[in-house]
Amino acid sequence: MSHHADLTPSVIQGLGWIYLILAVMNGAWAANAGKQKADLRIVSAWAVFSALLGMLAFAQIAGGDQAQNFSIRMPEVVKAGIDRLANPIVYFAGSTVLFVVIIAARKWLVNNTVAWVILNLMVLFLALSMTDYDFRQIVGKPDNVPIVAMLFIVAFFTWLYFKRAVDNDDRRAKGLPLFEQVENEKVLTWPDLVYTELICMVVLTAILIAWGVALPAPLEEPASAVKTPNPSKAPWYFLGLQEMLVYYDPWMAGVVLPSVILVGLMALPYIDFNKLGNGYYTFNERKFAVITFLFGFLPLWIGLIILGTFLRGPNWNFFGIYEPWDVHKLEVLNNVNLSQYFWIDGLQRPMPVAPSGSDGLTQALYILLREAPGLILVFGYLFLLPPLMAMTVFRRFFIKMGFLRYMVFANLVLLMACLPLKMLLRWTINLKYLVAIPEWFFNI
Amino acid sequence: MSVGDYIRDSQIWKSIFRHPAPTDRRNRVVVMLTNFFLHLHPVSVKQQGIALSYTWCMGGITFFLFLVETVTGVLLMFYYRPTLEWAYNDILALRDVTTLGVMREIHRWGAHAMVISVWLHMYRVFLTGSYKPPREFNWVIGVLLLVLTLLLSFTGYLLPWDQLAIWAITVGSNMARATPFLGHEGPGAQLLNVGGFDLITNASDARFILLGSRFVGESTLNRFYIMHCVAIPLVVAGLIMIHFWRVRKDGGISQPL
Repeated sequence: MSHHADLTPSVIQGLGWIYLILAVMNGAWAANAGKQKADLRIVSAWAVFSALLGMLAFAQIAGGDQAQNFSIRMPEVVKAGIDRLANPIVYFAGSTVLFVVIIAARKWLVNNTVAWVILNLMVLFLALSMTDYDFRQIVGKPDNVPIVAMLFIVAFFTWLYFKRAVDNDDRRAKGLPLFEQVENEKVLTWPDLVYTELICMVVLTAILIAWGVALPAPLEEPASAVKTPNPSKAPWYFLGLQEMLVYYDPWMAGVVLPSVILVGLMALPYIDFNKLGNGYYTFNERKFAVITFLFGFLPLWIGLIILGTFLRGPNWNFFGIYEPWDVHKLEVLNNVNLSQYFWIDGLQRPMPVAPSGSDGLTQALYILLREAPGLILVFGYLFLLPPLMAMTVFRRFFIKMGFLRYMVFANLVLLMACLPLKMLLRWTINLKYLVAIPEWFFNI
Repeated sequence: MSVGDYIRDSQIWKSIFRHPAPTDRRNRVVVMLTNFFLHLHPVSVKQQGIALSYTWCMGGITFFLFLVETVTGVLLMFYYRPTLEWAYNDILALRDVTTLGVMREIHRWGAHAMVISVWLHMYRVFLTGSYKPPREFNWVIGVLLLVLTLLLSFTGYLLPWDQLAIWAITVGSNMARATPFLGHEGPGAQLLNVGGFDLITNASDARFILLGSRFVGESTLNRFYIMHCVAIPLVVAGLIMIHFWRVRKDGGISQPL
């Protein structure tokens, strides 16, 4: 189904360079394994893998212009399978499962070889995917290149965190001093720190110049107030917020929830009463804080940015990574408000409507009556749940924190949870709004 | 006497650098105390506190990128005119004909990199628990700097005045319409009326203040330009100073307590 001018020589050759870099990296890995006197079979396996990649790279770079026979592509079966599976539910559920696996299997994942295999798989997946026209269209957008890089960078630093945290937790269990406490003499800032900074600045300048020369900044057609692009997307770092618009109205997704994120971040040092884990990496000593923060940062913030950037196409419909962005793709939306579930489906009676000609107050009361189920739920969620949690799951927290601190904490946790909860309600019972008062622009 | 020695022995050199080169212990201490740029640092630091695998260097990288953005940004300001007539054409010329037009690329990629490095800096500070006492307030300043970094990037996004720019800003700023009480499509805005006249309309709400107009137009371009080049950078520079100062005052470089 290649209905596009598919693989151009420059793409094939570009991929050749990626394979070459991967070959060199694996060659170095094999050499290092050899130097460490690893099992000879393992060393040679890496060496053979590196050599294979090298040959692939050579074939693609040298023979790129006579094209397609050489290039190794992502199999159509895999592409079709991934696209068929792809939808927001699988994506978010998948990223949540991945998150849980990362935490549960952290001791295994911090193993260097495991991480190296995963890195290889990620690069190979990316390289193979680049043979697909539609994938290239999205990933290759100049503004999206940093996001792809960010994916690798965030993955790396998360791995590095767990590596150091697992090590420190191990040391604690054995009664050894922390990694940060060993060989921790004072050294002179000049040269030890100043030189690092200098090298860092030089390297960074080189990277920026190379990046600037290699990749032109995007410039589309001149602005036109009448030609609305489809999809219209906010700058990439706000795409997580734009994705929230699927589940909440702009006043929540665009104003209240971002404000809550910022207030929550600023409040963080004042609600985290745990004195441990100050100035060193650890997981075991501050599990709750780390899991909460990582959940907010990885699946919710980074995850939704990836979703908004790569997987949302025209009309903000969801598209698989290899799927052409079809403007006419239809998604059936039959979402229902809670009030309708309650009055019509539950009580089998019409929704309460104020008699025509009644005054403003009566109308308002009828609206409140109509939306009473949702209002009660939201009220209970925000005002009854915190004391309930204080007596049960967060009992220890409440005692340590005191009333005010605890209330702030509980509300922040609940507001953070309200996004995944709404997602869940949408996917399970097609819930549109818990409270739907379009008359007042007040929908939750 | 070599030329180098002659220069280092001259009155001019000695007036700039008061002490001999930092080649021995004494002068390595002195250089940190007498050089304006270096005096941000203490004279000595804990070995593990400056280890790259500990700090990830992301705060420093963010600051360096801020400097890169300032320098390239000033150079771009010499060239670019923020008007409907010229904005797009100037960017076009930067791409196609201007010598050193690559400054725009460096500026844009540097901006993306800065957003990412700010996040990673915050990530590291969280994961090492470095926001805990006595550094709580510096974390708060850090959050403000994070917001301002995003706003800097957001305001800069409009300036090329192409389709990508105005629609991204339109989508982003449409949210402000729904601000509770202060947006004309926000909950509660209807309550703010005096004698039947709405105080909050599409020509007086939060979005209007942001855009200087009811839609993304020339006044928006002007407004965003001033915010991007003057207002926000000034605030950021001020907050960076406090942020750095407090790193020193709140217990120095992050370390096990």
